[in-house]
Amino acid sequence: MTDSDDTASGAPKPPGEGAPFLDVRDLKVHFPTDDGLVKSVDGLSFTLEKGKTLGIVGESGSGKSVTSLAVMGLHRASRRQRATVRMSGEIRLDGQELIGADPDEVRRLRGRRMAMIFQDPLSALHPYYTVGKQIVEAYRVHHDVDKKTARKRAIEMLDRVGIPQPDKRVDDHPHQFSGGMRQRAMIAMALVNNPELLIADEPTTALDVTVQAQILDLIRDLQKEFGSAVIVITHDLGVVAELADDLLVMYGGRCVERGPADKIFEAPQHPYTWGLLGSMPRIDRDHTDRLIPVKGSPPSLINVPSGCAFNPRCPYADVPKDDLTRTVRPELTEATTGHFSACHMAPAERKRIWTEEIAPKL
Amino acid sequence: MSENAKKKSGKAGEPAETEQTREPAEAGAAAEAQESAEAGAAEEAGKGGESAESAEPDGADVPDGAASAESEQPAEAAEAAEDAEPAEPAEAVDEKPAAPVASAAAVPAPRSDADGVRTPLLRVRGLTRHFPITKGLLKRQVGAVQAVDGIDFDVYPGETLGVVGESGCGKSTMGRLITRLDEPTGGTVEFEGQDITHLSPGKLRPMRRDVQMIFQDPYGSLNPRHTIGGIVSTPFRLQGVEPEGGVKKEVQRLLELVGLSPEHYNRYPHEFSGGQRQRIGIARALALKPKLVVADEPVSALDVSIQAQVVNLMDDLQDELGLTYVIIAHDLSVIRHVSDRIVVMYLGKIVELADRTSLYTTPMHPYTKALMSAVPVPDTKRRTERDRILLKGDVPSPINPPSGCRFRTRCWKATETCTTTEPPLVSLKDGHKVACHHPENAPGPGTA
Repeated sequence: MTDSDDTASGAPKPPGEGAPFLDVRDLKVHFPTDDGLVKSVDGLSFTLEKGKTLGIVGESGSGKSVTSLAVMGLHRASRRQRATVRMSGEIRLDGQELIGADPDEVRRLRGRRMAMIFQDPLSALHPYYTVGKQIVEAYRVHHDVDKKTARKRAIEMLDRVGIPQPDKRVDDHPHQFSGGMRQRAMIAMALVNNPELLIADEPTTALDVTVQAQILDLIRDLQKEFGSAVIVITHDLGVVAELADDLLVMYGGRCVERGPADKIFEAPQHPYTWGLLGSMPRIDRDHTDRLIPVKGSPPSLINVPSGCAFNPRCPYADVPKDDLTRTVRPELTEATTGHFSACHMAPAERKRIWTEEIAPKL
Repeated sequence: MSENAKKKSGKAGEPAETEQTREPAEAGAAAEAQESAEAGAAEEAGKGGESAESAEPDGADVPDGAASAESEQPAEAAEAAEDAEPAEPAEAVDEKPAAPVASAAAVPAPRSDADGVRTPLLRVRGLTRHFPITKGLLKRQVGAVQAVDGIDFDVYPGETLGVVGESGCGKSTMGRLITRLDEPTGGTVEFEGQDITHLSPGKLRPMRRDVQMIFQDPYGSLNPRHTIGGIVSTPFRLQGVEPEGGVKKEVQRLLELVGLSPEHYNRYPHEFSGGQRQRIGIARALALKPKLVVADEPVSALDVSIQAQVVNLMDDLQDELGLTYVIIAHDLSVIRHVSDRIVVMYLGKIVELADRTSLYTTPMHPYTKALMSAVPVPDTKRRTERDRILLKGDVPSPINPPSGCRFRTRCWKATETCTTTEPPLVSLKDGHKVACHHPENAPGPGTA
């Protein structure tokens, strides 16, 4: 049974409709390096409908950003060099296959139908040009309008994302904006073409907590308004709990748990998700003396551990019989409707561990 | 905690004595240090009497360092007065430990632990750091970034003081000032009773042994050209300390202490992951058995699962070695987890200072309340349930902070008073100080 089979059976397909808006199947992104093949993403499948938000959670090196860049078609090797990336699988945006598609075709989609918000607005915005000019450029690439109209549109967008005095600030350079305002400007730039798919890669990591709250609210409001599909990529389970309808937990380039956010936060199925929850000090719970860290460090993507990639760090690696965790890679299986996890332990066993051993300590 | 307190304050006189024997030129400073250490101890015992300053003229008999320290102090006092720092007088009325140095008692030094009153390891009064902004050829000063503007707090032996605030609130500058990596423009910093505010680098050196720092960026804070052994043994070399059994053995012991393998001695930083590098930084900070460790964002650059490992490690080391921590972070959940007492800063000022439970259950300053409500929580149910306070706009510029209460521009409770009068940091509850005209969760009426 492959991942894509899982997806087919588990994909939330509304009756009477065709394929989901974004359909990623068995995506593999490998980078050949001198040290070996880096399997950044190794067989990832998910679907996303319009108007929904998918949260992708994982630590650094789990492949979450590589996934987003793959969807945006930003991994393509330049034509002169030898291939620096090997991609396989399917990425369908509204039925259109993106992997292997003509680069010009993908470029037309990028910015118009799908857009991205990056983590660090200071490096994502060009320091030499005014904020307005950069938004105007993004608009005119996809719309055949004169500069005046585009500028009006840029001001309108800046206003929409909550920049005060947008008609004046439009002529400011990025360095004249504060961190939160830069992030807003970048959101304005991403949304100027009304994209149907918005990918936010760590959109609030560089921001202070009060500004983070503002930006999260803004993303939520804008999604409601534009009805776009949103992918939020973050390491912060708190941020996805704020935004996401569905959740995908990645580890070592693969999905270890996937399902509705409510279900995952209520009863997570995978030991790694437990580990993440145990590692976080929580402000909404009673104070605990000790955190429960995950031992060890994330795996090398060149030598991913055999069997379950999490097995060297998993406290329950010896629970399944016959050394299964170290020899056989667990596939995603459905525990409850729409809630998948990749673990060799029986669902009943995991449920018991969660309710008896993990949940009380959080 | 009380055990630590005993241990620490018992040692209070020691560094001064060793200093005396080592470097005669510093004798004056040392003598003064000893005396003010005793004065400090007495102050906590606080039974009235002579002022602590009466101890200082004794030190002034001796030339050099002491004299210079002496001459600078009145200037600071004047500066503090100019700054019109209302926190101090208010505190003086409210509670003893916060009383300004000058008004304190100086009954000949009974060791404070005998009375069961804690002597602060670090005492900070009116701490100010303004970075000048200059303009033109003549470098005329046209303004100042008021990074830290008159803050008072104590750090007691064995405790963890958390400092939390948004970027630009001055928390990192504060960390650099109390470790004397930067020189304050006003106020005083006393470590174990010794005034270290304006000591020269040479005179600071003995103090450096007792105060160490853990930095945020585990990549930037380790020299890529040096081996781990070299990095961790540098403190021994700089301080001329020869540990028992030799430097190498001690370094290997330290590596083991922080959870690394002693075989890593000859490796280079690039061979380690972020979490391991942070452990190396911790090993280096602990090499000279410091009393105070200042950690500036020790875990914010690490992955979630690694964060927890480092937090637990720091916790264990504190228990094992009786360390005192000042932990600076922007993450309220982490701060709550690690701290005994917490300082909340906003635009260079302390807005709230309280013990952990009190601060998180009943935050009094509107800013603290807003900060806490903004923390995203890994629970989807809370998304709909809680009422979040959304602050408007950004933090104002520290070059030109708002008049009166600095938070008033973003505060939903701000009134006329907030514009005109700066709220003093007063104690509204036992061990809970807040600088606000309209505090939340205030005990009883008439406090605002």
